[in-house]
Amino acid sequence: MNIILFLAPCSIGLGALGLAAFLWTMRAGQYDDPNGDAARVLYDHLDDRPPPD
Amino acid sequence: MSPVLARGPDLEAFVRRDGEGGGRLELLVAGARCAACIRKIEAAVDALPGVAGARLNLTTGKLAVDLTGPDARPDVIMETVEALGYRASLFDPAQAVAAQDQEGRELAVALGVAGFGAGNVMMFTVPAWAGLFGQELNASTLTLMYWMAAIVATPCALFAGRPFFRSAWTSLWRGKANMDVPISIGVILTLAVSFSETLLHGRHAYFDAAVTLLFLLLIGRYLDHRLRASARSAARDLLALQAPVALRLHHGVESGVPVAQVRVGDRLAVPPGQRIPVDGQVEAGVSDIDNALITGETALTAVGPGARLHAGALNLTGRLVMVASARSEDSTLAAIARLMEAGAQSRSAYVRLADKAAALYVPIVHAAAALTFVGAWALGLGPREALLRAAAVLIVTCPCALGLAAPAVQIAASARLFRKGVLVKSGAALERLAEVDHVVLDKTGVLTEGRPRLVDAPAHLVALAAPLARASRHPLALALAREAGLGLVAQACVETAGQGVEGLIQGRRARLGRAAFVGVEQAQGAETELWFGFEGDLKIRFTFEDAPRADAVQAVADLRALGLTVEILSGDLAGPVSRIAAALGVVDWRAGLTPFDKVEAIDTLKARNRKVLMVGDGLNDAAALARAQASMAPGAAVDAAQNAADLVFTGEGLAAVATAIGVARSARARALQNFAFSAAYNLLAMPAAMAGLVNPFIAALAMSGSSMVVLLNALRPGWRR
Repeated sequence: MNIILFLAPCSIGLGALGLAAFLWTMRAGQYDDPNGDAARVLYDHLDDRPPPD
Repeated sequence: MSPVLARGPDLEAFVRRDGEGGGRLELLVAGARCAACIRKIEAAVDALPGVAGARLNLTTGKLAVDLTGPDARPDVIMETVEALGYRASLFDPAQAVAAQDQEGRELAVALGVAGFGAGNVMMFTVPAWAGLFGQELNASTLTLMYWMAAIVATPCALFAGRPFFRSAWTSLWRGKANMDVPISIGVILTLAVSFSETLLHGRHAYFDAAVTLLFLLLIGRYLDHRLRASARSAARDLLALQAPVALRLHHGVESGVPVAQVRVGDRLAVPPGQRIPVDGQVEAGVSDIDNALITGETALTAVGPGARLHAGALNLTGRLVMVASARSEDSTLAAIARLMEAGAQSRSAYVRLADKAAALYVPIVHAAAALTFVGAWALGLGPREALLRAAAVLIVTCPCALGLAAPAVQIAASARLFRKGVLVKSGAALERLAEVDHVVLDKTGVLTEGRPRLVDAPAHLVALAAPLARASRHPLALALAREAGLGLVAQACVETAGQGVEGLIQGRRARLGRAAFVGVEQAQGAETELWFGFEGDLKIRFTFEDAPRADAVQAVADLRALGLTVEILSGDLAGPVSRIAAALGVVDWRAGLTPFDKVEAIDTLKARNRKVLMVGDGLNDAAALARAQASMAPGAAVDAAQNAADLVFTGEGLAAVATAIGVARSARARALQNFAFSAAYNLLAMPAAMAGLVNPFIAALAMSGSSMVVLLNALRPGWRR
């Protein structure tokens, strides 16, 4: 039974990691311009990083 | 010396400065669609002096340009973009700041947190359910599972529930109960009961239900928000375009200022092709003015020094210098805008389907829960069991399906209409559109194409005048040239603004234009006309009329087939309106109406309990559009009309009007089906919960199941038309 006490926090931690990643993408403005991002990936020299602010 | 003149107008007023010499300029770029567009535009703007970087948002069409210093020139940036073949317009800095979507962001974060909670809490509650069915799970392990579920679910539910809690609180504060009240009470009570059960080593803890409920509800809430936000941002962009730059002349220097900053007495330049920024009087220059969008008149007005100009009219042929006689707030335009606002307010009184459902639902469910608690206690079950049953009633009847019922259908309907070229601005608009029983159509630009077409002219006469017509930019001449097709262009052409064009056709001097310009004494009739003649020869008269759209007859027939009555309200003269009405077989028509007459006509219809759909495209329609039960505008309409309208249809045809009504009616039918299903589900679930037959497993299953049914009903194909 002790294994649960070890595994449960682990899986919650992984879930939280996913949530944190989602929140980070929100903050970084990665959903501001879905059409543009899809287009930017096609050219090497286009700036495909998220906008600075 | 005046170096500023050489640089074109000074547009500094549109730059948002950061205080250290740098700044940001936002432009709305139309026509950019692909990666190559981004590359072209960004590279060209980046290369300009004083530009630190440019970034084009392809989704919103906004180009944000970071400026390093004062040597960056907004006019050059705009010219650069336009030289690449895209239309660029300035964005008022105040509007740009307001454009950030705070609410959408908060909902998305809440949705993410609720999703995380709903997914992970299952790890602990699924084993606990196994315990409910007599599997091997001893009491201490069950309690452990519940504690771990509590640790995950409680913070998630409290965080993700904030939008609901806040709205419920505001609603209660105003003495009303909206759908968020039972949701908030349900979630908080569920958490409280679950904690007490866990502490007392009981078996009925609903931690998973609380989070899953919020997750499902947030999906509905987010969809609804997206629909409104996309329409709002489209409207805001239009509004930004509508406040174009006024070119103020000051000691010979031209500077661009936002229209709101124009003062009475300012001298303004209006180049051909631009709209008149404020009401005023012509000081210098002659031109033709197109009032079609202001008054619905199709004939052009010639203006010279001293003539009055109305804000919003289009200056066609010559450059004018005008003196502002009113600030932008005092112009006819502003009066129309105020009427629009009043209309929008009267419209916000409309009660949406979901709110009507909530008004019925909230008292019933809460009364049932209270009754369960009192009844169960009276029957000797003890306060703990009684409270559990009351909580179970609130949990299984929580308006999950109700919350999704309308937005899911409206999203599906909007997507369907979008593919047919109709932009829906809000879910409420679809609900209002579904109820209409009377259609009011504007003539110019709605039933007609809004541009002149040559009538009854022999081909050889058209061919004679065509070489001169091809040299002119005047709309009537363009119509003549369109009729004639490609061919020779006259030599040595000189266009006189507001008069006509003169040139050599095969060596003979000829003129095309107004009667007086060509040498005819008097114009005949009120129709739109153009004269042509060789020097010292017979003069030929061409007449034009605004041609009806190809599918106007069919569209009116379609509307009648839907059981609607049709009426035409136009600002144009009685002649052209009666001709169109006769061609379409419409008996009800009125001509020569001012914008205010139109509003009055709508109000009269409303007073007679008619539910009116207004279709219009002009500034003169904007107030009526905002006033009517529902409204539609074509994509070519003025921005104000597009803003006021609930739906905007692009493309050439009028068929979209009937299609939109058909889809709106289907959507309403489906939303009602969903409400009926939710009600039936609640009728079954409530007695079961009262009798104590519900456990956490059944609650979870019933809740997700009912939401799925509602979603699938929204997504199923088979829309009318």
